[in-house]
Amino acid sequence: MPHANALYGPLDPAPDAGYENAPPRMGFFTDTSVCIGCKACEVACKEWNGVPESGLDLLGMSYDNTGALTANSWRHVAFVEQPRRAGLATPAFEQNPDGPAISPATAALGALTSVDTGTNPGLPTGSPGAAARMSAGPQPEFLGMPGAQPPGRGTGVEERTDFRWLMMSDVCKHCTHAACLDVCPTGSLFRTEFGSVVVQEDICNGCGYCISACPYGVIDQRKDDGRAWKCTLCYDRLGAGMTPACAQACPTESIQYGPLEELRERAATRVATLRGRGVPEARLYGDDPNDGVGGDGAFFLLLDEPEVYGLPPDPVVTTRDLPAMWKRAGLAALAMTAATVFAFVGGRR
Amino acid sequence: MAEAHPVGFQWVMEAKRRGAKVFHVDPRFTRTSALADSYLPIRAGTDIALLGGVIRYILNNELDFREYVVAYTNAATIVTDEFVDTEDMHGLFSGFNDDNATYDQASWRYEGHSQTQTTRDSETQRETAAGLENESHGAPVGGQTERDETLQDPRCVYQILKRHFSRYTPEMVERVCGIPQEKFLGLAQAWTENSGRDRTGMLVYSVGWTQHSVGVQYIRTGAIIQLLLGNMGRPGGGVMALRGHASIQGSTDIPTLFNLLPGYLPMPHHANHPTLDKWVDSIAHPGQKGFWGNARTYGVNLLKAYWGDAATADNDYCYGYLPRMTGDHGTYQQVLDMIDGKIKGYFLLGQNPAVGSAHGRAQRLGMANLDWLVVRDLFEIESATFWKNAPEIETGEIMTGECRTEVFFLPAASHVEKEGTFTQTQRLLQWREKAVEPPGDARSELWFFYHLGRIVRERLASSTRPRDRALLDLNWNYPTHGPYAEPSAEAVLYEINGYDVATGRPLSSFTEMKDDGSTAGGCWIYTGVYADGVNQAARRKPGAEQSLVAPEWGWAWPANRRILYNRASADPDGNPWSERKRYVWWDAEKSEWTGYDVPDFEKTKPPSYRPAKDASGVAGIAGDDPFILQGDGKGWLYAPTGVLDGPMPTHYEPVESPVRNPLYRQQANPTRKVYTHPINTLNPSPPEPHSQVFPYVFTVSRLTEHHTAGGMSRTVRTLAELQPEMFVEVSPELAVERGLTHLGWAHLVTARAAIEAKVLVTDRLTPLRVDGRIIHQVWLPYHFGFEGLVTGDSANDLFGISLDPNVLIQESKVGTCDVRPGRRPRGLQLQELVVDYRRRSGDLNPHYPPQVTTDSADGGPDQEV
Amino acid sequence: MTDRPPNEPAGARFREFQDRVDQAVGQRQHGRGRGHDGEQLTVPVADFTSYYGRPVLKPPVWKHDIAGYLFTGGLAAGGALIGAGAQLTGRPGLRQVGRWTALGGVTASAYLLVHDLGRPARFHHMLRVAKLTSPMSVGTWILTAFGPAAGVAAIAELAPRLPEHGLLGFVRRLAPTVGDVAGLASAVTAPALATYTGVLLSDTAVPAWHEAYPFMPFVFGGSALAAAAGVGLIAAPTAQTAPLRRLAVVASTIKYLGGRRMERMGLVGEPYRQGRSGRLVRAGDVLLGVGTVAALFSRRSRVLSALSGAALVASSVATRFGVFEAGMASARDPKYTVVPQRERRDRREGRSPAEKGT
Repeated sequence: MPHANALYGPLDPAPDAGYENAPPRMGFFTDTSVCIGCKACEVACKEWNGVPESGLDLLGMSYDNTGALTANSWRHVAFVEQPRRAGLATPAFEQNPDGPAISPATAALGALTSVDTGTNPGLPTGSPGAAARMSAGPQPEFLGMPGAQPPGRGTGVEERTDFRWLMMSDVCKHCTHAACLDVCPTGSLFRTEFGSVVVQEDICNGCGYCISACPYGVIDQRKDDGRAWKCTLCYDRLGAGMTPACAQACPTESIQYGPLEELRERAATRVATLRGRGVPEARLYGDDPNDGVGGDGAFFLLLDEPEVYGLPPDPVVTTRDLPAMWKRAGLAALAMTAATVFAFVGGRR
Repeated sequence: MAEAHPVGFQWVMEAKRRGAKVFHVDPRFTRTSALADSYLPIRAGTDIALLGGVIRYILNNELDFREYVVAYTNAATIVTDEFVDTEDMHGLFSGFNDDNATYDQASWRYEGHSQTQTTRDSETQRETAAGLENESHGAPVGGQTERDETLQDPRCVYQILKRHFSRYTPEMVERVCGIPQEKFLGLAQAWTENSGRDRTGMLVYSVGWTQHSVGVQYIRTGAIIQLLLGNMGRPGGGVMALRGHASIQGSTDIPTLFNLLPGYLPMPHHANHPTLDKWVDSIAHPGQKGFWGNARTYGVNLLKAYWGDAATADNDYCYGYLPRMTGDHGTYQQVLDMIDGKIKGYFLLGQNPAVGSAHGRAQRLGMANLDWLVVRDLFEIESATFWKNAPEIETGEIMTGECRTEVFFLPAASHVEKEGTFTQTQRLLQWREKAVEPPGDARSELWFFYHLGRIVRERLASSTRPRDRALLDLNWNYPTHGPYAEPSAEAVLYEINGYDVATGRPLSSFTEMKDDGSTAGGCWIYTGVYADGVNQAARRKPGAEQSLVAPEWGWAWPANRRILYNRASADPDGNPWSERKRYVWWDAEKSEWTGYDVPDFEKTKPPSYRPAKDASGVAGIAGDDPFILQGDGKGWLYAPTGVLDGPMPTHYEPVESPVRNPLYRQQANPTRKVYTHPINTLNPSPPEPHSQVFPYVFTVSRLTEHHTAGGMSRTVRTLAELQPEMFVEVSPELAVERGLTHLGWAHLVTARAAIEAKVLVTDRLTPLRVDGRIIHQVWLPYHFGFEGLVTGDSANDLFGISLDPNVLIQESKVGTCDVRPGRRPRGLQLQELVVDYRRRSGDLNPHYPPQVTTDSADGGPDQEV
Repeated sequence: MTDRPPNEPAGARFREFQDRVDQAVGQRQHGRGRGHDGEQLTVPVADFTSYYGRPVLKPPVWKHDIAGYLFTGGLAAGGALIGAGAQLTGRPGLRQVGRWTALGGVTASAYLLVHDLGRPARFHHMLRVAKLTSPMSVGTWILTAFGPAAGVAAIAELAPRLPEHGLLGFVRRLAPTVGDVAGLASAVTAPALATYTGVLLSDTAVPAWHEAYPFMPFVFGGSALAAAAGVGLIAAPTAQTAPLRRLAVVASTIKYLGGRRMERMGLVGEPYRQGRSGRLVRAGDVLLGVGTVAALFSRRSRVLSALSGAALVASSVATRFGVFEAGMASARDPKYTVVPQRERRDRREGRSPAEKGT
């Protein structure tokens, strides 16, 4: 008997998937406000899961030379340089003889680089304009800035004083309603007793449906073996009662692993604390069971709009509309039949 | 710290979570700055000016912890009237000797002390990096001093210090460092507010701080602040060095240094230490207070550990077998000697000088001129392949066909493939078990040296030559195990710990050591690590199950003491300074010292104890002298001897600087170690002409993703792909000035070399306004070389060789260069480019900035062309 | 507002690199390279952001096999329906063409589907499960039902070539009946085969596909019938093709109406109007119109019938590839992901657009 919210809305996925007395749902809370961008998570993940090389090119995206989550990078640390205020911190370059910020322009160049990650689609190039706005924000006063003065002569307006460097370790969201899992035609993708979503590499036949279905652009296909790969939440470690490799390696507890309910409470407190400390831009992402995917198993504390980190602002699991889709397909099918009948029967002359 | 020590940085983040304010001072905005509450961009090489400003702030506002300062430091001690300060001599102290550019330290001494406290003149001390000996004990001074505890006497250290730093005003800090005054004051305020009776602050620095021609004085300045604020010997206080590798502390305790023996015993000097007695006396300094009175015991036990039964009282315990120093045998002197063909063979273990040491070209040419070279490493590093792949092949300076060096590359076991200890910055020894067998032919250092020694001894077994006795008499029998006869690391630890020769019982404390040969011990400060035959370093009791000091996790030298000089955590009467900072105190009932940690004091010596007038050694330590390894039992705000470049820190410009020293006429450290060798030429600096040929400051440091010279990271796929290319970070302003584009190429030129790198134009670097001028700084990672999965030019090739006089460490964190767009020329054109720059910056002869510049006009904008 | 990145630094070289950036934008986003205000044409207001401007979604990894399959699958379905219609209305020539079209189409489809897999050798893993939530799984089973039926129906057409006597003679006498049953069976599953592909594409995060789910099955269904009718007009005896003309008209009407709605979906409809995908879609419409009109006037001209038929077939091909490409384009450009989602969220949270990107 499928749950009323089987396709959409709040749900505890493991029992819904048929596990009897399943363990509590486990997940990640990634607090980007304490991430130091050390990339230990990326390395630990690759070491433990034997993930292949993902390319050796300098991308010029600040310190990000991974570029995106791919089949060959299951953790990805994003770096964003912004000429903007960071909480209550004293402006980094106040009174230094500097000109206007370059970050937006360099970000624009960063958008045009790429690297062979050994996967499909891997790391497509981007839109320089959007990249520039990622750094500068859409505020018009940032746009069309006139050429800089020689250093030190710039007026107060043109000098950069504020600066912040965002870092965030991205990962598969292990959605409550996982489109990748829903659309998988082979049953290769499955829901574990911990509520996470895992690909069985011995089943996957590389149809690629999950890749188009993921609203976060997480899952990806390896060129050499044609199969789809992504974070498993270290299913093998969980089974042995261990912490996933990335969370284990994270030195600053930016990546926290635990029962999802507990993590959500912790996250709420953390946001409150940060706002109390003058970081109004602190917000949670993916924590809400009522959102478009029924809440993420891996959710985040962000300091800017989701899309700045490459996350969709308001993702919705595509299968929410599946019943409607089938209805429309049925109608269309009837229309076809009707058309044919009319063509052959209708108006004989 | 987040960049180079991410794991340690977790505690900074923990403190921040609890509301701590984090200040970050760095030439570039790093991953640490991103998490800091306040970021202070600073001009590389000006830290003494910044810290000096803090000292002035403390003294002028009387923010020092006065009770502590009076009782526990030498603030009250009177200095002889012969002493003249930099204030009156344009940046030189009294006693400067122009002939060999050293100080005669006599005029710095305490009032009433005799002329010479040292057996070696300053030049010999510089040649032998004598400063290193003071890592575990103060320089020699007599125990009795004249004091004015009102601190009013103009010749007391407190007043001298105040005068010395009087010109380090916030304005001057801004003028020298480029740090805005408000930001500086914010830092000074936070630091002082967080110190005193109820609070303590810890100064944590990374070893990049030391790699300057005034490196030792950097640390001295920090130590002075910590003493003034009462942050030494107390919980949450201290000065901590974040080492560059897992066991650098260990490698000075049981040294890989030419001038030290285990436990900071000095390596004998051929002229000054002909006999055992002369040697130990030069350490013990009869008449001096403190534990070094027992130097003979420590020395004899070491010799006994080396030569076992052969070491007897009659033969001075084989003291004659010890090698002797004849002068500077430091790594840079050796490199120059290799180039000159004076050194024939060389061992490299876990070191990659072809990439990791200053003046890479000199390093590679030196190695290319050896007869043989042994390289033990995890991967085939640059120092093992320079003969076929070095950049000098392209320029024809090294020809593979003719390179005479025979290189033996031996694969080494990594730290998880062998057992042993790491000693970290808190002097904590932690035992490592072997996790996996080393692959293939890889072996541990222990295996290598044990069997090398065994084989050499077998070859010489029949020798009758006296010179071979030292080898043949060695106490060289360690139990081995396994298919490859791996020596037992625990047996070595047991020997280091020391034992009773007759019974073999492990010693539990260095106080059990005898100077009559009845005990033997390889490193007196480590005695106790194997107490009761138990490997104390292997203890792993979780912190939750023990006190906050966690004495049962690993083992700390000396005597498992977690905080040194912790007597200072109690006031002179032995009571805690405050409940909040209670740590070690005097228990009147039991009449003994007690507390959470092992008291760093004689257990039953009451606070009231006063030594007899002629008392020396341990007996000379008064009940309120916490700094028991100092000659006078006090913390030194002022060093009457032992620091070769002055009793107090003074801001000198880096040897290569675009700026005329705004503080004094004296431009750079006058006593720095200079190597005049054709290969070692330096860029001109003010007041000399042509310094504008190299207008930019460059500094190098680490990326989180790589480790030092890259031998363990550029060779590992998962790490290499995270930072896959050599790059240089420049500010947008410099990019415009020099026409550099993001992700384009640039090359940097010094009088030594030109290297190329991809350009990252970033807001994280900013120009600084220094002394009325705009100064541009560029930053490079020093990880890259020509081997491994990812390769690139080596930043260290840019540096020349100039050393700190105290410990002979190189100035490899700051220099001047020019930056040009595009890739560097190749082959001969490359050499022509460098030659052209040298021509433009003067002439083609090797060039060394003058040691003394007090005759040229004062600093200031007018100086610079 | 221009796309020139804000805070453009001084210096001729930065201006140069800026121009290089802008040209790149132009070329990437409009094949015809409209210089540096390229995005201005495509996004008048939405100053959207994404991580280094890169796609938020992973563009589908499906190759043109799938676009081709959309066509062949539809063709097969249409063929089956026509075959059945002809069978029931006694048009043997047309019936034969319909059945052969069905078999040809479904065979090509099977090949294309397997060929597109990352692990073709594992195509049978599709048969491990039957999942209603996976249109691909549903489609697999539809094909499994349709394929054999269509095959039998078509092969039955060969019966007249068998000997009159013996066992084969028996088969020859049995064949027409079996063929008719199979033909009807295939016709029953045919509409599903032609329309489920609309769900196949829509049930993804690809904006232009997902948002089009109400219309795509009609577009595909109509296009399928038109294509099959086209084949009939080419191959079937003119005397029997009258129904095909009516069919062509109705089919193109269904397709056209659906298509219009898709193109008018606002921002996410853009790829159906612009760029390469837009041109393909337009070509599909034009050919459809031409083909249909031509068909109406081709009663007496065999040549005109063939031409109109060819136009209808071509139209279907163009439409399928156009829709396929439009999805690719909408997934590759983060604009189509970010802007609509932001607007949806801001509407829900009652945020004014001014607060964007705070």
